[in-house]
Amino acid sequence: MRKLASHRLVWPAGVLLALLVANFLWNRNFFNVTILNGNLFGAPIDILRRAAPVVLVALGMTLVIATRGIDLSVGAVAAISGSWASMYIINSGDRTSVKVVLTAVGVALLIALVAGAWNGFLVSVLGIQPIVATLVLMVAGRGLAQVITNEKILYPDNTPAYKLIGGGYWLAVPFSILLAGAIFGLTALLTRRTALGTLIEAVGVNPEASRLAGVRSRSITWIVYIFAGLCAGIAGLMLTSNSTSADPNSIGLFIELDAILAVVIGGTSLAGGRFSLAGTLIGAFIIETMDTFVVIAISARSTDVFKACVVIVVCLIQSPEARAWVATLFRGGKTRPPVVMAAVTTTAAPVSASAAELTDIAGRVSS
Amino acid sequence: MLAGSGGPTAVPIVEMSNISMTFPGVKALQQVAFRLFPGEVHALMGENGAGKSTLIKALTGVYAIDAGTIVKSGQEVRFHGPAQAQAAGIATVYQEVNLATNLTVAENIMLGREPRRLGLIDFRAMRKHTRSVLAALNLDIDPGSLLESHSIAIQQLVAIARAVDINAEVLVLDEPTSSLDAREVAELFTVIRKIRDSGVAVLFVSHFLDQVYEIADRLTVLRNGELVGEYLVGDLPRIALISKMIGKELAALTELKQGTRREAAERVAGKSFLTANGLGKAGSVYPCDVEIYPGEVVGLAGLLGSGRTELARLLYGADRNDSGTTTINGAPVKLRTPRVALDNKIAFASENRRAEGLIGDLTVRANIVLAMQSERGWLRQIPRKQQDELADKYIKALDIRPTNPEALVRNLSGGNQQKVLLARWLITEPNLLILDEPTRGIDVGAKAQIQKLVAALSDEGMSVVYISAELEEVLRLSHRIVIMRDRHKIAEVVNTGVTVNDIMETIAAEAGQPA
Amino acid sequence: MTATLEVKPAAAAPKRRSLRRFERYSQIGATVVLLGILLGVGAKLYPNFLSGQAIMDLFSKNSFLIALAVGMTFVILSGGIDLSVGAVMALGSVVAATLLQQGWPAYLVIPVVLIVGMSMGLLVGLMIHRFNIQPFIASLAAMFLARGLCLVVTDRSIAIEDPFFKTMNLAHINLWESTTVNLRGKVRISQVYTTPAVLIALAVLVIAFIVLHYTRFGRTVYALGGGESSANLMGLAAGRTKVGVYVISGLCAGLAGLLFSFYTASADPVAGIGYELNAIAAVVIGGTLLVGGSGYVLGSLLGVLTLATIYAYKEFDGDLNTGWTRIMIGVLVLFFIVLQRVLVARRK
Repeated sequence: MRKLASHRLVWPAGVLLALLVANFLWNRNFFNVTILNGNLFGAPIDILRRAAPVVLVALGMTLVIATRGIDLSVGAVAAISGSWASMYIINSGDRTSVKVVLTAVGVALLIALVAGAWNGFLVSVLGIQPIVATLVLMVAGRGLAQVITNEKILYPDNTPAYKLIGGGYWLAVPFSILLAGAIFGLTALLTRRTALGTLIEAVGVNPEASRLAGVRSRSITWIVYIFAGLCAGIAGLMLTSNSTSADPNSIGLFIELDAILAVVIGGTSLAGGRFSLAGTLIGAFIIETMDTFVVIAISARSTDVFKACVVIVVCLIQSPEARAWVATLFRGGKTRPPVVMAAVTTTAAPVSASAAELTDIAGRVSS
Repeated sequence: MLAGSGGPTAVPIVEMSNISMTFPGVKALQQVAFRLFPGEVHALMGENGAGKSTLIKALTGVYAIDAGTIVKSGQEVRFHGPAQAQAAGIATVYQEVNLATNLTVAENIMLGREPRRLGLIDFRAMRKHTRSVLAALNLDIDPGSLLESHSIAIQQLVAIARAVDINAEVLVLDEPTSSLDAREVAELFTVIRKIRDSGVAVLFVSHFLDQVYEIADRLTVLRNGELVGEYLVGDLPRIALISKMIGKELAALTELKQGTRREAAERVAGKSFLTANGLGKAGSVYPCDVEIYPGEVVGLAGLLGSGRTELARLLYGADRNDSGTTTINGAPVKLRTPRVALDNKIAFASENRRAEGLIGDLTVRANIVLAMQSERGWLRQIPRKQQDELADKYIKALDIRPTNPEALVRNLSGGNQQKVLLARWLITEPNLLILDEPTRGIDVGAKAQIQKLVAALSDEGMSVVYISAELEEVLRLSHRIVIMRDRHKIAEVVNTGVTVNDIMETIAAEAGQPA
Repeated sequence: MTATLEVKPAAAAPKRRSLRRFERYSQIGATVVLLGILLGVGAKLYPNFLSGQAIMDLFSKNSFLIALAVGMTFVILSGGIDLSVGAVMALGSVVAATLLQQGWPAYLVIPVVLIVGMSMGLLVGLMIHRFNIQPFIASLAAMFLARGLCLVVTDRSIAIEDPFFKTMNLAHINLWESTTVNLRGKVRISQVYTTPAVLIALAVLVIAFIVLHYTRFGRTVYALGGGESSANLMGLAAGRTKVGVYVISGLCAGLAGLLFSFYTASADPVAGIGYELNAIAAVVIGGTLLVGGSGYVLGSLLGVLTLATIYAYKEFDGDLNTGWTRIMIGVLVLFFIVLQRVLVARRK
């Protein structure tokens, strides 16, 4: 199993490496990190800094997806939390007060927590499919953000304490990187040092068996959605504090898609079950590195097309049917019916895949 | 016994010979031969894992065969997908009705073949045709009603009507009776006979021997992927059929029988551990009383669908009861969820290991500690060292193979999976262990080990509720037997000199008469 | 045997059947009531909210949304989802505007746009069917792709000068004369009109209705939504149908792109962001089960009109925060989802 887990990360890590090399070939100064005014600067730092909010949202998303769920509302939640904090700071009149900023941050996170709990309620208590349940807040959430800001674009700059979250430095390193790193560590601790990780996986693999084993799957579901909400809330603060303006329509727009993408690239299956936080981290880095590469090597306008191609390729790599199809192409295009195809081509498909298929088929035989 | 024109001298409509199928690591079928004649009901018999469903799937085009030939009406055929088999006149009705329940009865019968006028579906003609199809089978079902508004039995009849209407020459019925009650089975059989008499070859799969003897003309027995033989039902007494299905296992089981028979009456004394009064759930189990004493094994006997599993689920809180009260050690307890049951030291191993028992993608270790972990809550993880110790201990004690605690549980064989499930509950040290078909579909060695374990546990003072379709097994292990029929508890006997026949007679007794 | 069978359904049928009928239409009923309330409240709040032209505007300002919702209905009925439609719509309009700008004639541009839409749908459908990728993810990839292609084609808004498109933009189809009273109490007689785009959208709706209810393909879509494995085992062309619904959705999105450029006489690569959500919301509010297999395409029209009415509030009251319209749509979607949940739970 350990072998397989490491195997799972080999692909994404390889892709990240390739992207970094590509960046380097295009721009020989890519890895140069300099110290300016006592702070670190350079392309890698930029990538890390830009990845920070995506990493945060993706961490929450990983746990949600591991329980067979999905949270489409994270972008909207980020918008609510960012808007609220900015609005509070602006309305307070005293932008230098640390107390004001702390209150703003505290209440914003509380709101994010409530938003997550709401999703958890819809999914675990009312039993609504996650994609549908979170769609509600995805639609209504940005509306809430607009109501909070009164449809104005906010300018929460000139607030040093708030600026720190997304744009500041601490010990020469961008604070947002430290914050995302700390939350990554906390999540790893939370899932692997407590039983939460195992129970999440149990619920994701087989909800009914988990229930019958006495797992309180309802509270597990609540926890992951609340956690996802909180992460999105922090990401919202990061995004608004780093920009000079905050428009509720654009804060965290499409961040849910980047986050889902990061999770999937990182090797966590959308069907739920075993998850990999490290994989998600690599996935988020891949997305940002890729964006950087496309911008410098091709053009900023092509990023989305490029991203789409990556999504498609990653999905195809994860799809046994696609691998089988490719395998038959290489074997000379002998056509056989799909079921048999899967059985026959296990030898040709990558090792990690054949193991999964093998047991799947064995299951079908004995059942 | 043999009805219709079918006989060894007639020409078979389907002849499968030398069929072999191998899945990675599993020889599902080896050189199996199978014949089907027009106008007969042919039962395919075998224990779990015998290869019945693989053979059916090979015949109906779900799987493509590795070796061998399938001859249909004198022509060799190779099916790629169920649609092709259907086009060749081989229709299948599955246990879970595979129709579109969100559409009407008429549409379900005509889907894909709707009568059209000017390219558009002619609903009037469709209803008319459906009515005549249903009438031909003596079925009175409103063609315009939604299929989901009908019982499973009627849905199954609609599926059969569809198959017949497609002009099936071969009708495959894969465990059609498993969720029907006796009256519904009788209705189904009337329809099957009608279809058989019209010259269709019916392949019938069922676990119920009674039904096979009632409806089938001929049967084929498979065991471990190999053909045991083809017999006329009239020529084969039940006991002979059972021994052919079970094979050499019989000897091993009789041996165990001697070893574990024990005193019964003495356990049913003192204070009960669990008492349920009028426990029931609408549409599941009629209210009944159950008492379970410490250290006794209570057997739940009854046919599949008699309510035995449903009663067990109520006792565990897997389903919520809507009538009755439960007390545990004299204190009233509402068993609303599995968690409450777990807190009250009740454990339940479902008959459906794959779907309701194990977490396939997790390791043996994680599966073993899962219930204990949920008892403790997610915050207090069982230390890894303790997990390893527990896993090692039970892997040794229950002889789980492979012995690697980090193996994924889905890669284990059925018997070993069952042991993992048992281990999960044993480490919670329950006072009452509910086992639903713990020995189904597992090899005979594991079966004997599990039975011995149950006996040993009850000797140590644990109460066990034991459900098994095999009455011998229930008799061998239980001190007291609760007999279920048609979702009612119909009798309760102390196991002193009770025979399989006694229980069968009780179950077979006419409803309304005291058993 | 006939005796027992006859007794059972016959005794229970009449009451249950009527209850079922009620249930079958109760969602659509809820939509109608809701739409009535929204219109009524609007009429109370704003003068001329219910004037003939205002009602017609509900259609003409949302013709493209009708097309999107029709395509989405096919997909959702089959048990899938298509997140790419907003981006494909934008792609359609951008491709149209660019080709027209390069001097292509309208009669060539229109089929090209429709083919572009269908190709995107085909891509999604094949990813789902051939490679077993979840509809959500496959259509998400297509959304990125379509949006990205928009930006590759152009990164700014393009005005459309083509005479045919201009005509479609300006043409009014007069329906009847109506009298309205303005704020100063002055009576005005005006022509109530609609636009060609509305007629096209409604024609698409009618065709969709016929296809869904009166063709084998349509019934297979419903069967697919009832359960894919069942549809397969019944020997239906499940795979072809599954790909087909996405092609239809893509076609409708391409058409929506055309309708959108008729409406705005321009094309914008970032137009239609979030329209997939509006389309989904319209379908859900229109009473189609999100799990598939149950619903009506005509209901989706009611769903679009409901959304249109909510937007009309904003138009009649400039001070109204746009946020509230979004919140209201969210609340309505929630209401219908919970209603669906309750109905499905009762059926079980």
